Amino acid sequence: MPELLKKVLNGDVRGIARAISMIEDQIIKTGTSEAETLMQDIYPHTGKAWVIGVTGSPGAGKSTLTDKLIEQYRAEGKKVGVIAIDPSSPFSGGAILADRIRMQRHTDDPHVYIRSMGTRGSLGGVSNGTREAALILDASGKDVVIIETVGVGQSEVEIMKIADTVCVILVPGLGDDIQIMKAGIMEIADVFVVNKADKEGADKVARETRAMLDLLKDKSWIPPVVLTIAEDGSGLPELVSKIELHKKFMNDTKAGLLRIEKRTNTEVETLLLSRLSGRVEQLWGTYKSDKIKDLLLRKTNPYAVVEEIITNL
Amino acid sequence: MPDKIRVVIAKPGLDGHDRGAKVIARALRDAGMEVIYTGLRQTPEQIVATAIQEDADAVGISILSGAHHFYFEKVIGLLKEKGAEDIIVFGGGVIPEEDVPDLINMGAGAVFGPGTPTGTTIEWLKEAVETNK
Ligand SMILES: Nc1nc2c(ncn2[C@@H]2O[C@H](COP(=O)(O)OP(=O)(O)OP(=O)(O)O)[C@@H](O)[C@H]2O)c(=O)[nH]1
Ligand SMILES: [Mg+2]
Repeated sequence: MPELLKKVLNGDVRGIARAISMIEDQIIKTGTSEAETLMQDIYPHTGKAWVIGVTGSPGAGKSTLTDKLIEQYRAEGKKVGVIAIDPSSPFSGGAILADRIRMQRHTDDPHVYIRSMGTRGSLGGVSNGTREAALILDASGKDVVIIETVGVGQSEVEIMKIADTVCVILVPGLGDDIQIMKAGIMEIADVFVVNKADKEGADKVARETRAMLDLLKDKSWIPPVVLTIAEDGSGLPELVSKIELHKKFMNDTKAGLLRIEKRTNTEVETLLLSRLSGRVEQLWGTYKSDKIKDLLLRKTNPYAVVEEIITNL
Repeated sequence: MPDKIRVVIAKPGLDGHDRGAKVIARALRDAGMEVIYTGLRQTPEQIVATAIQEDADAVGISILSGAHHFYFEKVIGLLKEKGAEDIIVFGGGVIPEEDVPDLINMGAGAVFGPGTPTGTTIEWLKEAVETNK
């Protein structure tokens, strides 16, 4: 067994950390990379952890809530992995990753692993390696993996493909119904959290959210709405029990299993797409010198060229 | 593309402001690095655990309190204990020139005095990470 794989399966912290970096640095495209081989080896050891997504507007309290979720799960004796994503600078490619500040009290707990990731140009709220990082943590023996998305307030739909339960955090005072109306929010939430319930207007946000749920097409699961104060931990036990309820729905009902199947579909399609897009450059490269002149002279056209490439595949 | 450089910037101790640490964090980000910022009042144990979990290439410690000997010894010692002595340790803040050789002896890669241009730190760090591979 490869050394790195062995370390990951043994829950060795350095091994886990190295494995995640390897995934991050080698964008999975070629299929021959060490990273891809590692993932093929890792996958059979996954499927045990429950992956929770935490998403919502900037400053909604995602990190604070994640900190309290860690506390709850640790009290149950569960091992917890956390992936916290912050945006990379589009100019330098660098990033300041600061979500973990609010979770630092768990840092020296050997059963908690926290990893910060930059988006590195990826859109949709997570980074390219987030899914793989979650799988690595799963294989390393974590019972729960929590993913905090970027929180730019855009539709962060990618988390839906990765997390088993997506918690969407809303807060009072942000123009209320607009938050919920935002494209994608209704579709991605398995649980709604109205955080900062100590502030005025939280009840109103909760009420309006519940009213919106009527619009859901698929009523096999109606997302519960939980009020929390992440600062002091109020509402956290209820949140954990709703997540548990959703887990039961996913694992024990036909509708839930159908959702899991749909996600697996998406997973393969996404991977296939990224591999194919990796091949595009290479493929065009072999035709380029042949075709570019004729294209510029308009002796042929892009449609014909693409057709030819595809036919010859 | 070369692997991205990841740096933990830590501010141990009880003295309360981290302006200097934030300035260097931003400069490193603008130089294309990923900076894991841990906030104030970090214990050596937290700093080392963070560096390992984050697979950092380097840890930058900012110290204003005068307790640099203690913190460097502790952090470098703990890294060794965990088999992570390959992680580079460097420092900044207010550290008297005459104390620097002591810290380098302990295993610190470099110590930058007050007023060091951020460019100097960046250049040094890039090279140190490169030769460390
Ligand atoms: N009043 C109140 N403030 C809260 C609550 N939860 C979090 N906060 C505060 O909200 C601010 C943002 O909290 P974070 O946890 O950093 O929010 P976040 O969503 O992770 O922020 P980003 O990652 O920057 O998008 C902090 O100042 C918290 O102390 C709460 O329940 N009530
Ligand atoms: Mg955050």
